[in-house]
Amino acid sequence: MSTRKAFTKAAAKKKRVTGRARPVAGPYADFMARAYVMEVDAAERYADFADQMDVHNNPEVAELFRKLSRIEALHAKRILEEMGWKQPPHALLAWRWDEPEPPETTAHTEVHYLMQPYHALQLALGNEQRAEKFLARIARAPKTPPEVKRAAAEMAGEEREHVRLIEDWMKRVPKPAKDWDRDPDPPVLGD
Amino acid sequence: MNAPATVAALTAQNFKSDYKPVWCPGCGDYTVLASITRALAALNLRPENVAVVSGIGCSSRIPAYTTCYGFHGVHGRALAAGTGLKVARPDLTVLVAGGDGDGYSIGGNHFLHACRRNVDLTYIVMDNHVYGMTKGQPSPTTEPDWKSKLSPGGTGLREFHPLVIALAAGANFIARGFSGDPSGTATLIAEAVRHPGFSFVEVLSPCVTFRPEQRAWKEAVHPAPVAATEDPARAARRLMTDDGFNIGVLYKGSRPAFSPAAPKAPLSPSDLEKDFAL
Amino acid sequence: MTGAKLTNGLVDSVSVALAGSGGAGVMTAGNMLLEAAAQAGYYGLMTRTSGPQIRGGEAAAMVRVSTFASDSQDDRFHVLAAIDWQNVNRFASEIPLGAASLLIGDPAQGEPPEAFTRSGARYVPLPLKALAKQVSGGWPNMVALGVLGGLMGLPADALERAVQKAMKKGGDALAAGLAAVRLGIAEAAKVDGALRLAGARSGAGRWLISGNEAAGLGALRGGVRFVAAYPITPATELLEWMSPALTKVGGTLVQAEDELASISMILGASYGGVPALTATSGPGLALMSEALGLGVAAELPIVVVDVMRTGPSTGIATKTEQADLNIAMYGLHGDAPHVVVAPNSVADCLATAQWAVSLAESLQVPAIVLSDQYFGQARAIIDRPDRAPARVPRLVAQPNADGYKRYALTESGVSPMAIPGTPGTSYTADGLEHNERGTPSSQPSDHLAQLEKRQRKLADLDCAEHWATLEGEGDIAVVTWGSCTAPVREAFARARAEGVKARLVSLRLLSPAQPERMKKALEGVKRVLVVEQSFSGQFHRYLRAEYDLPGEVRSFRRPGPLPFRPDEIHQTLVKWSHS
Repeated sequence: MSTRKAFTKAAAKKKRVTGRARPVAGPYADFMARAYVMEVDAAERYADFADQMDVHNNPEVAELFRKLSRIEALHAKRILEEMGWKQPPHALLAWRWDEPEPPETTAHTEVHYLMQPYHALQLALGNEQRAEKFLARIARAPKTPPEVKRAAAEMAGEEREHVRLIEDWMKRVPKPAKDWDRDPDPPVLGD
Repeated sequence: MNAPATVAALTAQNFKSDYKPVWCPGCGDYTVLASITRALAALNLRPENVAVVSGIGCSSRIPAYTTCYGFHGVHGRALAAGTGLKVARPDLTVLVAGGDGDGYSIGGNHFLHACRRNVDLTYIVMDNHVYGMTKGQPSPTTEPDWKSKLSPGGTGLREFHPLVIALAAGANFIARGFSGDPSGTATLIAEAVRHPGFSFVEVLSPCVTFRPEQRAWKEAVHPAPVAATEDPARAARRLMTDDGFNIGVLYKGSRPAFSPAAPKAPLSPSDLEKDFAL
Repeated sequence: MTGAKLTNGLVDSVSVALAGSGGAGVMTAGNMLLEAAAQAGYYGLMTRTSGPQIRGGEAAAMVRVSTFASDSQDDRFHVLAAIDWQNVNRFASEIPLGAASLLIGDPAQGEPPEAFTRSGARYVPLPLKALAKQVSGGWPNMVALGVLGGLMGLPADALERAVQKAMKKGGDALAAGLAAVRLGIAEAAKVDGALRLAGARSGAGRWLISGNEAAGLGALRGGVRFVAAYPITPATELLEWMSPALTKVGGTLVQAEDELASISMILGASYGGVPALTATSGPGLALMSEALGLGVAAELPIVVVDVMRTGPSTGIATKTEQADLNIAMYGLHGDAPHVVVAPNSVADCLATAQWAVSLAESLQVPAIVLSDQYFGQARAIIDRPDRAPARVPRLVAQPNADGYKRYALTESGVSPMAIPGTPGTSYTADGLEHNERGTPSSQPSDHLAQLEKRQRKLADLDCAEHWATLEGEGDIAVVTWGSCTAPVREAFARARAEGVKARLVSLRLLSPAQPERMKKALEGVKRVLVVEQSFSGQFHRYLRAEYDLPGEVRSFRRPGPLPFRPDEIHQTLVKWSHS
């Protein structure tokens, strides 16, 4: 089964209570908004990377990043649907994360124009692991309201599933050669 | 009666154009672009009311990567062009952007005078301590011992401290950001735009191609140990001992922004003719 | 010298291109191919093109190997090999192919783009990546190097020597490189229909050099010992080459904060008695125009090399054009006569830069050298340049010269220049109009006298053989300059073979203009074809302004960045001469 199908199947397996409108305010809504932002940010970042790989003639990795972007966008869409939100909540400057970026987002510095698919998956793996840690911590924290705890624990479980799927995916992708970043040509002049 | 039409609030993505940047993957400028778009969205601005003015260099490619009105001018003159635009069109939000070579070397003179003139605009410098686009020459912020083809033994010159110069020249808001902290940088930029007068934000933005060792900046940066000050003398003392890696707003002045005189009811040129009539 | 097939089926020139992206290493391989050509005793020329990315972008190395020296590109490329086809179609207009051309590509990378196949070129699939994998540590670009070298008939040992030279560290990488090249040569032997080179006419002491390096060396030979530098594409390499070279010969290079600074820095150094130079491109030259005027008015010798690029404004920084003639000639405010010279080959960049220094120093005037991106960044195999004639030094004032007048109205117009440190001859150099002593003056008589002096000193310029390259005979003439000269020369050779006679006048001295010499050179000419790479025809207008051209004059021009090809000039020439 393709990895994308695997992710979608895994998502469909989890059934949450749907059908009634979710509150727009309160700790649960806040938490879900934050989770939404996490997914959307990840999706946008993967899409950015795909563009960068396009421009730098690395089509295989571009396609992989596009796949990852679509998967994250799907997660985000599901949150919107569950919450019954017509308008996405705003991310902007409202929250500060523990790290410079949301847990599921790869920093811009981590990509390289000659990177291999394995590298991209390594980054994705790190993202899912960090996301899992972040959600698990919320689930464990004594101050967390019970509804949020439940949702966080569920989501953490999903992320653990994603971790597994990516590890599987990585097994099917060749490991990069030692000199994967060799480029004998010098950089090129610009303006 | 119809409800008034509401304009949906914009997100950072609305400020990003379709044009795919040619920056090297790993370049700090990608984060600065993200921070700028995020800040503009947070400020509830609209792209058509924002102008991004730049000079020449890798960082100066940024206007076309936004959906704002852009001006990609000649090397080093972005602040001058931005000044002209803002004075002629005070209703616009004007961002001036570029690199350290463009801004502090050939643009040095304009930098001094833009700080002094205190026009209400925001200047964002993506500082990577090198001339990237021309393949790796030292810039005014390059360390004296960095070896390059143009200066094989290092320049031997003490590097610029642009924040000190900005303060001395009269800038009204001085901050330093780091591209490794996108939301922090976005916050700084938003505050800079909101602050009246000339706001200067220097963003440390590593060059992955010519200065790969700048990856270590991640460990070197730290939040500024004290809060921003409004006292220029205190700011001067702080900035003179600044280690180049203090992150945050460092100075917030209260000089009124440049504001040319304007009559309440402008005359027409023919009204001036009576001066010449015999 | 035609690029056509010789009687034994071999050719005197083969042009190949190697394209690829993202770490493919096509420039590295292209440079090795050029080196191999040199090792085998051939002449050669390498130019390159690339996308806007700083790393990993699509790129192509274009290499021409011939039995004769030429800076021109041929009409078309005989082989285009690609490690991958990513965005290589962008280069289609720069890599023209024909029905006899070969398209070599790795089938694992897909079909060649239509932009190339529509030429009718024959596709020869070669699994470069798979072949490279047969060698431990092998890379496709090295296989491609072997293929291209083998196809054109370069001796294997020349290719191997080139690889060894490039991979001085030796070890496994060298062994892998050599093995990959040998693989490529073996594959090439299986391909038929390729054009093979006739035997090389070996010559001793050839050089492999770029136009930028040649200009730098010429300046050093001319005596330059101070350089102010501000990076700008495509002049940066000239400055970067000069930086350590200057130090070695006892000079200094200072990186300036901008072009306004660099021009003033070299004026200062020159005032101090040290021959000085800077290099820039169009946008930089535009910034320098005010201070260049100071150099003219204060009579300070300096050299500014303008490595022209496509304009106007920021233009296309990495491409060539011949459209800075106007600003070089007429870009100074006021009447400010000065020297403008232009090399007309890669090798000539050396001689012309050296000559420019000599002219500047002996005439105490700024000299602008109009090179271009095509020359500047091309690497060529050239005959060892001649030892240039001894330079004419600056006329310097003697100490305690009685009643010294810096700007004395001498017969030649050149007045002795006092160098700081010389007792008894202190003066103030001034952009203000001045009298003979150098004191500022607004007297009409002084203004006229100094204008005449500054003009006069350029008038009798001794430039007998240097003012232009003159070749051929006949009543049809091609007048051109700079990098257009090489394709014109090749066109001439082809026309000559068909019995069409034509004259070449390739100007090297643009200012001061030489109407008398031009008149003599064009005696008996009834038709003049002006060839230039300028959309508005700057050179044509310059000729009409400064010279009386005989007979019918036609302008054959277009803007950069594509170079002229010999065939289009040849056809135009032949058609006109028969009509």
